[in-house]
Amino acid sequence: MSAPAIDETAQAERSPAAPPAIVQKKDSAWRAPLAFLAMGAALAAVGMFQSWSVALAILNMSLISAVMAMGLNLQWGYAGLFNAGVMAFTALGGLAAVVVSHPPVMEALTAGGRSLALSAVITIGIVATIIFLTSILKGRVRGFAIFVVVVAGYFLLRPVFSDAVTTIESVNPARTGFIGGLGLPITLSWLVGGIFAAAVAWLIGKVALGLRSDYLAIATLGISEIVIAIIKNEDWLARGVKNVTGLPRPVPYEINLQQEQWFVDLVSRFHAAQLESVGEGTRELLLRQLVIEGASAFVKIAYAGLFTVVLLIILALCVRALNSPWGRMMRAIRDNEEAAAAMGKNITKRHLQVFVLGSAIIGIAGAMMTTLDGQFTPGTYNPLRFTFLIWVMVIVGGSGNNLGAVLGGFLIWFIWVEAEPAGQWIVAQISANMDPNTPLYRHLQDIAAPFRLFVMGLVLLIVMRFSPRGILPEKVRHT
Amino acid sequence: MPEATEILNALVLMTNFVFVPALAYGSQLALGALGVTLVFGILRFANFAHGDLMAFGTTITILFTWLLQASGITFGPLPTALLALVPAIAATAIIAILIDKSVFAFYRKHRAAPVVLVIASVGVMFMLSAIVRFIMGTDDRRFTDGERFLVRAPEFKRWSGLDEGLAIQTTQAITVIVALVVVVALFIFLNRTRTGKAMRAYSDNEDLALLSGINPDRVVMVTWIIAAALATIAGALYGLDKSFKPFTYFQLLLPIFAAAIVGGIGQPVGAVVGGYIVAFSEVMLTYAYKKFAMYLMPDELAPQGLLQFLSTDYKFAVSFIILVVVLLIRPTGLFRGKVL
Amino acid sequence: MYLVGEGMTGGYGGGDILRDCTIGVEKGEIAVIVGPNGAGKSTAMKAMLGMLRLRLGSVVLDGKNITTLSPQARVAEGIAFVPQTNNVFTGMSVEENLEMGAYLRRDDISGTMEQVFALFPILKEKRRQAAGELSGGQRQQVAVGRALMTRPTVLMLDEPTAGVSPIVMDELFDRILEVRDTGLAILMVEQNARQALNIADRGYVLVGGENWRTGTGHELLANPEVRKSFLGG
Repeated sequence: MSAPAIDETAQAERSPAAPPAIVQKKDSAWRAPLAFLAMGAALAAVGMFQSWSVALAILNMSLISAVMAMGLNLQWGYAGLFNAGVMAFTALGGLAAVVVSHPPVMEALTAGGRSLALSAVITIGIVATIIFLTSILKGRVRGFAIFVVVVAGYFLLRPVFSDAVTTIESVNPARTGFIGGLGLPITLSWLVGGIFAAAVAWLIGKVALGLRSDYLAIATLGISEIVIAIIKNEDWLARGVKNVTGLPRPVPYEINLQQEQWFVDLVSRFHAAQLESVGEGTRELLLRQLVIEGASAFVKIAYAGLFTVVLLIILALCVRALNSPWGRMMRAIRDNEEAAAAMGKNITKRHLQVFVLGSAIIGIAGAMMTTLDGQFTPGTYNPLRFTFLIWVMVIVGGSGNNLGAVLGGFLIWFIWVEAEPAGQWIVAQISANMDPNTPLYRHLQDIAAPFRLFVMGLVLLIVMRFSPRGILPEKVRHT
Repeated sequence: MPEATEILNALVLMTNFVFVPALAYGSQLALGALGVTLVFGILRFANFAHGDLMAFGTTITILFTWLLQASGITFGPLPTALLALVPAIAATAIIAILIDKSVFAFYRKHRAAPVVLVIASVGVMFMLSAIVRFIMGTDDRRFTDGERFLVRAPEFKRWSGLDEGLAIQTTQAITVIVALVVVVALFIFLNRTRTGKAMRAYSDNEDLALLSGINPDRVVMVTWIIAAALATIAGALYGLDKSFKPFTYFQLLLPIFAAAIVGGIGQPVGAVVGGYIVAFSEVMLTYAYKKFAMYLMPDELAPQGLLQFLSTDYKFAVSFIILVVVLLIRPTGLFRGKVL
Repeated sequence: MYLVGEGMTGGYGGGDILRDCTIGVEKGEIAVIVGPNGAGKSTAMKAMLGMLRLRLGSVVLDGKNITTLSPQARVAEGIAFVPQTNNVFTGMSVEENLEMGAYLRRDDISGTMEQVFALFPILKEKRRQAAGELSGGQRQQVAVGRALMTRPTVLMLDEPTAGVSPIVMDELFDRILEVRDTGLAILMVEQNARQALNIADRGYVLVGGENWRTGTGHELLANPEVRKSFLGG
């Protein structure tokens, strides 16, 4: 029921004479650097043969994916918690990006702010009453009282809240129709995204963490769908499926960069040889071209720098946590819950801790992703891409190993992006000699997109079968 | 006091918009949940690929429907898809067995933890959903033909003299009837036949079943055949009733799991009851009762809002809340199923 | 002897639990394995059933070497086994439990079922009831009945009286004697050593996975060493 259970099957196969610990140590020393080197080479190859812009785009999303994978690895790899709701925490991070960075929509706030605030007060009142009732009542009476409060609260809240919603959503619906945000720097939202995700994870964990692994998976899957449904439909909050676009950036805009003299100088120095080689007349044109390309690359590299800093901080914290007494206890609980409980460990509390922490990391990554996109698009969140793909990253990279999760994030995102052109290439080979007017030909052109789903499933199954501990397996200490 | 006709109007309204749709939807969920619960009972893991197995079965059904239609064969007033179900079930069963042999059998042999099989089923889910999209693309597809309605609203109005019409689509009636037949057949199989009893025995106590000489490979194979048949039927009925869209089948997974768990995992009766509980809760909580209330209340008390508890966008929340309540209060479900 | 495990040595991967242990039973006889906790009693029985791979030694049934056969194959050869726990299909009726016991048989099983009902009349009364709803003693009867449905030549019982009241225990032993009288070989592991040796034709006392004392039930009951160590003087 926990991550290393996969490797138990492998262990059983091994003859008892073979010393597994030594074998692992030997190959793990070189494995990680080599794997990352190969990953870097693959990205460089994309840069050289496809385009550097694509390579940088892959790099940026890989960095974000690696952070997400580390968050999930904390939950699954350290603690054996089956979180199938990664998508929800990613979206909450995205919501934080809007709430923090979008300028407030004053018109909407003056129109509907009062009833919205009143709704909040009523909600707090309901929750407080319930908490109070749970502390003084017991058994059937308690259940009944809570039910009454919830129903009464619903009818009290409903008119006030729907008034607030209608008012806010009718303020310039084509452009705003929502309350906006706080207008603060968007990098702050990375922290806030983590806090949002942590808060919701705490709520979920309180309810669902007592459940066994499969139930937890189903429950978290359900909650993630609900979170997305709320974000999609509560237009007053973040415009729902109408999307919030044009979020402010933490890095310069290309168009401004192109005007800066220092940047033009930088580009001309960088490409000096190339500029020398062309004639006086075309030099100006070429420089402009290079500045445009350079600005785009510079922005991506700036993002990559920011993301790398976050990645390294979280990686360092995760590695420290894993090797601390806390991390050892986490794994002890994962490997043998009963024994850990017998030793007086509070399992539910530990699970709640690790669930909240992992979700917070995913929330941070979600906020980073929305920052990179510059827009929040609730309609695009789906579990295959935002939950199960992250799972593939962790399992393929090596659950329980932080570097494995990072590598998984890079590798799987790379495959996810590159599978589509690969699919197109395969389709082109198949349909090369076909008449473009036949239905079959036209049908084949649609195959390239789902090809990546196929590849993902295949990669996951192959790794599970032949390398069940992942590319960079968890280090098993024999002390 | 409202008049008798007003009460009748209100009842017809409820039948038309709540009872009939919920009954059809519940039948589809029940069939899906039966498949999930059987796989869980015998193979002991929550199969995340079941939704996509349903989509796959439906895809094959649609292909055979087109083939039959192209060769001029139809099923009279009934949808041709019903004929196409037979070869589609066979094809889906073969695929399910192939998947088991190439993926799940390995982990069973090595007695891997159930959660490993769950993750493997995620891999299968990815691949199946890709194959479905390879074949069908991602668009909406309707593949129902034959008579569209069993009862038409205007005819009903003329016949009854009421303001409210009642419309029953052929697909809704077929869904309920087919589900009934399949469930009864499955129960006879499980309770009366030697293989069916062996399956129940294996689900009940694996070690003892082995000691009794029950062949596990055969039990597993029969389970996949039945699961594939149930998935194909449930998927095709859902597709006939609504329309075929690959992604909706993944979203059905949640209410289906909820139905299986509510009824008690591994309990076929529970899966059926759970399916209807989830369907009726979903439809009843997301229905706007305004018109219903207007029939029953005097005009001056006519309600302002829609009288809708939850927007239809939140129907997921219904299955989920049912799920959580059951898990917290009675984890074995209504019919004392297994606890995962 | 009809069924004999000769010089059995082996364990579950780690060290050997059984060391050169020999257990045998003749048709129409009850053989009982007793010993302290962790002496390898159940392991010895499981080795004879094929649930434990032996490093050394052999298991021979009616002159045929069955050492390498799987448990299922040994069931087909005529060995029936009643596990200590989880020994009935709780969700199935008593009758279905018996039917499942006879799963491998293709002939008419109604005669055997009548014999089981004659042996355990209460089961006939409760034939439609789910086995999980029965009392502990009745469940043990279902478990033994299920095992008998294959018409075995050897019946192995792993602590059949664990957790039942003394009255039920006596009743169960009476039934086991009746089963023996039909000509079956019965091999039993028991915690209640005194009562078990009382009905045993042959007794094996295991200590540390080895044969410590062997004899008829009454010999062992009379043996002062055995009395001192296991029977409380």
